[in-house]
Formats: sequence, structure tokens, C-alpha cells
Amino acid sequence: MSSAVTPPPKKVNRIGLEVVNYKGSKTTLCAGCGHNAVTERIVECFYELGVQPWSVAKLSGIGCSSKSPAYFLGLSHGFNGVHGRMPSIATGALLGNRTMLGIGVTGDGDTASIGIGQFMHLLRRNLPFIYVIENNGVYGLTKGQFSATADLGSKLKTGVINELPPFDCCALALQWGATFVARSFSGDKKQLQAILKAAITHKGLSVIDVISPCTTFNDHEGSTKSYSYVKDHEEPLHELDFVPFYEDISTEIAEGELKEVAMHDGSKLRIRKLGRDFDPTNKFQALEALDKANTSGEVLTGVLYVDTSKPTFMDMLSMDDAPLATLPESKTRPPKEALDQAMEELR
Amino acid sequence: MSTIEVSPVSQSSSEFQQPVVNDFSIQVATVNGSGSQTANNVLMRSIFQMGIPVSGKNMFPSNIQGLPTWFTIRASKDGYIGRKKEIDFLVAMNPETAREDVLKLDPGAAVVYDEPLKLDALRSDLHFYPVPFDKLVGPVCPEPKLRKLVRNMIYDGIVAQLLSIEMEEIHKALFKQFGKKKAKAAELNWGACQAGYDYASKTFTKTDPFRVQRMNATAGKIIIEGNAAAALGCVFAGATVVTWYPITPSSSLIEFMIGYLKRFRIDKETGKATYAVVQAEDELSAIGMVLGAAWAGARSMTSTAGPGISLMSEFVGLGYYAEIPAVIFDVQRVGPSTGLPTRTMQGDIISTALLSHGDTRHPLLFPCSPDECFQMAIQAFDLAEQFQTPVFVMTDLDLGMNNWMADPFEYPTQPIQRGKVLTAEDLERLGGFARYKDVDGDAIGYRTLPGTNHPNAAYFTRGSGHNEKAQYTEREDDYVNNMDRLARKFETLRKHVPRPVVDVRTNAKVGVIAFGTSQYAVEESRDQLRAEFGIETSYLRLKAYPFTEELLDFIRLYDRVYVVEQNRDAQLLSLMRMEFEPADIARLRSTRYYGGMPIDARTITDDILRQEAI
Repeated sequence: MSSAVTPPPKKVNRIGLEVVNYKGSKTTLCAGCGHNAVTERIVECFYELGVQPWSVAKLSGIGCSSKSPAYFLGLSHGFNGVHGRMPSIATGALLGNRTMLGIGVTGDGDTASIGIGQFMHLLRRNLPFIYVIENNGVYGLTKGQFSATADLGSKLKTGVINELPPFDCCALALQWGATFVARSFSGDKKQLQAILKAAITHKGLSVIDVISPCTTFNDHEGSTKSYSYVKDHEEPLHELDFVPFYEDISTEIAEGELKEVAMHDGSKLRIRKLGRDFDPTNKFQALEALDKANTSGEVLTGVLYVDTSKPTFMDMLSMDDAPLATLPESKTRPPKEALDQAMEELR
Repeated sequence: MSTIEVSPVSQSSSEFQQPVVNDFSIQVATVNGSGSQTANNVLMRSIFQMGIPVSGKNMFPSNIQGLPTWFTIRASKDGYIGRKKEIDFLVAMNPETAREDVLKLDPGAAVVYDEPLKLDALRSDLHFYPVPFDKLVGPVCPEPKLRKLVRNMIYDGIVAQLLSIEMEEIHKALFKQFGKKKAKAAELNWGACQAGYDYASKTFTKTDPFRVQRMNATAGKIIIEGNAAAALGCVFAGATVVTWYPITPSSSLIEFMIGYLKRFRIDKETGKATYAVVQAEDELSAIGMVLGAAWAGARSMTSTAGPGISLMSEFVGLGYYAEIPAVIFDVQRVGPSTGLPTRTMQGDIISTALLSHGDTRHPLLFPCSPDECFQMAIQAFDLAEQFQTPVFVMTDLDLGMNNWMADPFEYPTQPIQRGKVLTAEDLERLGGFARYKDVDGDAIGYRTLPGTNHPNAAYFTRGSGHNEKAQYTEREDDYVNNMDRLARKFETLRKHVPRPVVDVRTNAKVGVIAFGTSQYAVEESRDQLRAEFGIETSYLRLKAYPFTEELLDFIRLYDRVYVVEQNRDAQLLSLMRMEFEPADIARLRSTRYYGGMPIDARTITDDILRQEAI
């Protein structure tokens, strides 16, 4: 061969990585599963923001949703924990190395049923962590039982009606201490991207409840977590646009009534009003809006709440800035004089 | 038993009575929440300061205020610091139990009691010393609210006078106990001590034979609770992430640790903590945090008791399969639920050794003393990281919550062992790695820590189904290979756990095996068997599971080997049954005590005699 065609330059992000470097292994979830769309958004967002994959820890519990960390960020350390208890693993991991960016993917059973205890306590601690709930209202791996986010009166494929009221994970998150709370729909690419990007830059606990339909067990007539139900009932609070700190203001968002939320790294979340007045820094307004939406059967999406001022768990613990995991022995083993002193006091 | 048949003790002080010096036990019966702990510790420490070997056992209820508590101080010139069943000198302060306490005494015992209780009417074969505590406390404590607390200090003065405990030592112990910040409270209490002493001097003619005499057997020693010793060990082991959920008798381990961490582990340059302590919402979360932190590379630990161990079961199994280091202290107690949570037991041996589902085995360390709590804390962290597996340190309430006379701890001579961790430089040189591959033939793989600055550093952590490269698999050969390697890893571990302490005597007829706090009762029992019955014994004190080769070698020396443990079902012996041949198992006999008190020598002696048909 005498001449070779020069391949076009590969598209890379600001740290020189291609999008393929942000992918994981091939998904084994069902075709059409909402979770796969969430996976794609995670890949795009980490790629586009130029996050170094090996500084990310990805975690999950057990369930269909919890399989998905295998399908994104293949160059990141991953931990598939036990059912309902990913929050404790994440808390430990980030205490061990506070310089990591942590993202957890969980489901409605993993969070609102078996994991409600750990979820609630995670909220109290405001751990700097992205907590993504892929919410479809059913258990997929055990073949279609209700979870604790299934709406009152919603129907299983088998005809069983849910007679218990659901937990609203966003309302819980608002009430108990998360500092970034959003709800989105796996089918809303643009909104979910903006929310994920904002969460990546948020210093504190981000809870993102993504309605992510289960095509196999909960996508039928009578379900309130089906594609058609969410499409018909989605009520976006606002239009969102995320502007990273290293970019000029984009023009993607239409002019109108704009509110900007400054994220910790200098990035901006731009929020354009859609019809209603909604202030995402007002917790009570958010709770009220959620309550109304839950009563009317609407799926309210968007950023429900942001607070960039609250101290994180690490701030509260007054921890060393360096990862505890790799502190040298000179910092973790006190000198002999300290032991001598302790012994002397006990004589 | 009727007490009327017993001949009365002569009350005449002129009659010769052989004095009993430095060899008796004092029991103080009070109600909890009455401040008696301070008075009891001062008494114990005073005897210790006089150079006499001493031990203290606090038997307390699961309650905050108002239920019976007994504190037993044993002085032993021979250095026996295990529990002694017989009480020689009773201080009866609790009207609820006084009658029963007095009726249980052996003839010849002495009783200091609150005068209105009229205990002297119960028996005529004891030495009674009535004290009008309420009358004495008024003048020394003008503040009525404090009288309930100060009242107890009076008995320290009374007992000091009757037993010849030097008041200078009481003074020293009292002020040490209160510390510099509470000098005023110490003065008030000292006044009460003196009032007691003066009253006893003026009022009593000593008729009992018990007294102390200065010795020189405690020089250089310290007094410490096992939980404080373990806490210090963890601080000097370089623990960085500490999680816990309060549970008796383990809580004080972490509370001591928080105190020491604040003193010794704040970085001088930055003023920041080189550790994180988290009080979790439950034990499930506590162990989850430990595993997360250890996965990230932190030296992490938690401390709990039996009920917490049960809750940690699933996560510990994950730790075993995913091969994550963890250090878990189990301060054993009686359980579950209510009943005897404040009593001691060696009751979690089987459940912890095999904790979780599937095939799981975990190393256990068995400290018997504060010094071993300290040393084994450090060893546990090293083993956990070297073998990438959860390691349990099995103490108990007796060791953890009682004050022990102990040798001071030695500063670690070996640097911290972090195990097989690949750095970014290693990865650059190697090009990559397989997390669960047995590269060195010891069945231990190499791990990387999340956050390692290298594109090839990452691997995916999960439970049972993974291959050498940490990839998801449900293939039977992958599963079997992994399980077999984990079994081989346990065999490697067997060669690295602490070895037993073995004392083989040439004329021994039988062997004795024990672990943990049974040590003191066994030592004393062996002396009893030798001195009283001419039975020489050999002794192996186990320090760890998995068993090392010394154990089987020892068992094969004797036709009858007594395994002493503080549980009903012979749990340690059961673990031996799991791996030894029938011929070896046939040599094993079981000696057990499970009443919730620390085991005592006489119980062991009597049981061995019974089984030896003597």
C-alpha cells in the first residue's frame, strides 16, 4: 500500500479523552429500558464536562438499575454492593478518599423499600455524592412486584392494584437534607443532561429521581410509570441549560425570564421560567408543588431545589484535605511519646 | 442451708486469729447511678498503689438508675486476677439485696453495712460493722443533693481503716480519679473518706482477719479497661475511618477512641483530623461504611457486640468475597434482646467464624489482656490489609469494661503493613493487572485503590460471581476457581495469625485449652489441681482462629484435653470438630461456664475433677 488516507482527527474532550473512554460494557438490560437512556446521559455528561474517569467512584446496590454502573465509565472504580445499602458504602468510600467524585445508581426498590433507612440517613449527612434513582415502580429482576414508589391505584400486568401510598423520594430528599434535588424522565434527554451536569459540579448531596420505565413489567395501561403515562403527564417546571465554567454563555436557551444558579466550580445552571413562578431555592414552594402534582397525577420534572451554601459531611467532620486512605504513617501513627504519655496517666 | 448450726465466730479480739493478708475479695453492693463506681475504683486503685495485685469486676444491670450493682475487688498476693466466687468482705449498701447478699456469705466473712438495715440479726457467724451513713454524711456534705453520691465515699474510709489500706493512697487515688479539673469535688469526697475512717477508728474493734500489707508486685504496671486498650491500639494502628452504633459493652471502645484521636491525631500543621468517626444509624450501615472506606484504601474499623455481628452478616460475606479489609471488634456479651446484655460471654465464636451465607470463614483474634487488646488491634489491621479480608477481634465484656492491672504497652516496632497495593507507577510498569489473580502463589491478589491516577487502575468490585479480572461471570469454573483460591488464602492466613501460648509440663496427665479471659481462671485452676489434688496439667492458650499447627500437636500429647470456654455449646470445640480427625476429636473434653459472670477457677477445677472421676 503506497498511500494511506489520513483518518479524520478523533473528537476529544478538554482532557483529551474520546467518548469511548467513558463507556462501559454492553448493557444486558431489556431493549427499551429507561435505564439505558440514563446510562447514555451519564456517559455524555462526564465526557462533555471532561471529568477524569479514574477519579470517579461509581456505586450501586442490587436490582436492574444497580447493574448499570457496569455500562458506563469503564475506567472508573466500581462497586456493586448489597441490596439497599449502597449509601453506606458510598459514605465510607468518600470518607476514605474525599477527592473522588462519587456517583451512585439505585432503583426504587433499592432506595425506597429495602434501602429507605440508609437513604434517609444519607440525606441527613449531605455527603458530596450524586445519587441517581432509576425509578420504575417495580422490581424487575424478581419479575414485576410493586416497589414503595408505585402510585396508589396503579396496576401490575397481572392486574394487581397497588393499595398503599408511594414514597416520593424527591419530597423526602427535600425534607431531610439533600442540597440538590431534581426529578427527570429518562426520555427527556436535554433536561436530564442539564440536571446531571449541575449535579456533577454540586458540592453536596444531589438526589435525582429519574422516572425510567420498565418496558417488560410496568409499561402497560394502568401503570403510572409507563412511557405513555409520563409523556402525557410530564410537567416541566422550567427549561434548563448548564453552562460549564470553561465555556462562554451558550445561546441554546431562549431568552426570557432567566435565573442563574452559580455552582461551586464557577459553572452556571440557567433556569428559564415556563408558565409558572418557581424558585428552586425555596424548599417549601418545592414541597407544595410536589404535593399538588402528586394529587393531580402530574409528573413534575426539573430542578426542585438547590442550596450551594450548606456544609458537607466532610466539612462537619473537619477532615484532612488529603485522602485518609493514603495518609503516610507519619500522620496516622502517633509518636512513641504519645503512647508513653497515655501509659503514664494510667499508672 | 441453715445458718443456725454453724458455730458463732468469737467476738473476742483477744482470741488468736490467723490474719489473712492480701488474699481476699471485697464486694460492694449498691444501686446503680449512685456514684459508687468512683468509690469502688478509688478502693481498687489504692490497693494497687500499695503494690498488691488486684482485679475489679463490675456486675451491673442494663439500667441507668436504681437497680442492684455489685463491684468485686480481689486482692491476691499470688497474682490471681480472675474472679473468685467467695466473698470475704461485704459492703452492703443496697437495702434491696442486703439480706440475700449476707445469707450467701461463707462463715467468717465480714460485713460493713448501713446501720438501719440491722443485718447483724440475720447471722451469728459473720463479723458485722454497722455504720450510720446518713448521720455521717450530713456534716461532711452540707449540700443535700450531693449526699447520695458522697455517702459512698464514706465506706472507702471505713474499709481503709478496717483493712489497713493507707489513707495517703486513698487520697492519691481519689485525686487521680477526679482529675485536676474537679479538685473541689475531690476535696468534698476526701472529707467523706476521712469521716468514715475516723468513725471506724473510734467505734470498731476489728474482729475479722482480713487486711492488706504493702507489697511490691505492681511496680510499673497500669490500670486500664480492655476497651481503652483496644482503642489505643486502633489509634496507633493508624485507623482512619471509624464507624459505630452504640451497643453495650462495645460503646466505650469507640468513646475511648474518640478521646485519644482528638488528642493524638489532629494534624499539627493543618489542625485537621487525620481520621473520621461516624456514628452510623445501625450496624448494617456501620459495616457498609467500613467496607466502602477500606475499598477506597482507608484503614477502617467498627466495634460491636453479638447482635451487631448478626446484623453485619450479609456485608461481611460481601467483604469476604470481594476481598476487602475490615477490622471488627466484637466485645461479646449475653444476648439477644433484653435479659443479660450487661453480662459477659464467649458466645459469638461459631457465628463469627462462619458469619454470612455461602462458604465463608473469617479470622478471629482472641486477646486475653489489655496488652493483647492493644497489640492485636495493630495485628488485626495488618492482617486485614495483607489478606484483604475482614478480621475480627473477639474480646468480651469482662475484658472490655472491667479495670485490669496490666503491663504498659510497647510501641509498635514494625511499620504499618498495607498489603499488596499497586500504585500508578506499578501500573505504568506492568501495563495492567488482574485483581483476583494469584500471582505470588499465596492466593492473595493485588488491588488498586480508587483514585489511583492511572487509566488502567480501575476494576469492578462485586460479590461471588467474578473471574480473575474482576469481570462479572456466572460460569461454574470461574466460581469454583475463585472459591478454591479463597480457601487457599485461608490456609496462607493460618501461617500468619498469632501463635498459641503453650506450657507443657513433664508430669502432666491432662491438657487444658482456653482462650481470651478464661486465661486467669485456668491459670489459677491449674495451681489448685496441682496443689490440692496432685494433678499436673499442660496448657495451651489459643490466640487466633484459624488454628495453627501447634494446636493439634498439643492435643495429641494427651488422652484427655479439656477445652474451657464461656458458652453453653462448646463453640470453640465445635470449630475443632470441623477440621480434626475423629481420633483427635476423641481426646477433647469440654469444660463450660455460661452464667454471665466471668468464669472462676473453682468451677474449672471442680469440672475437671468430675470428669477425671476424682
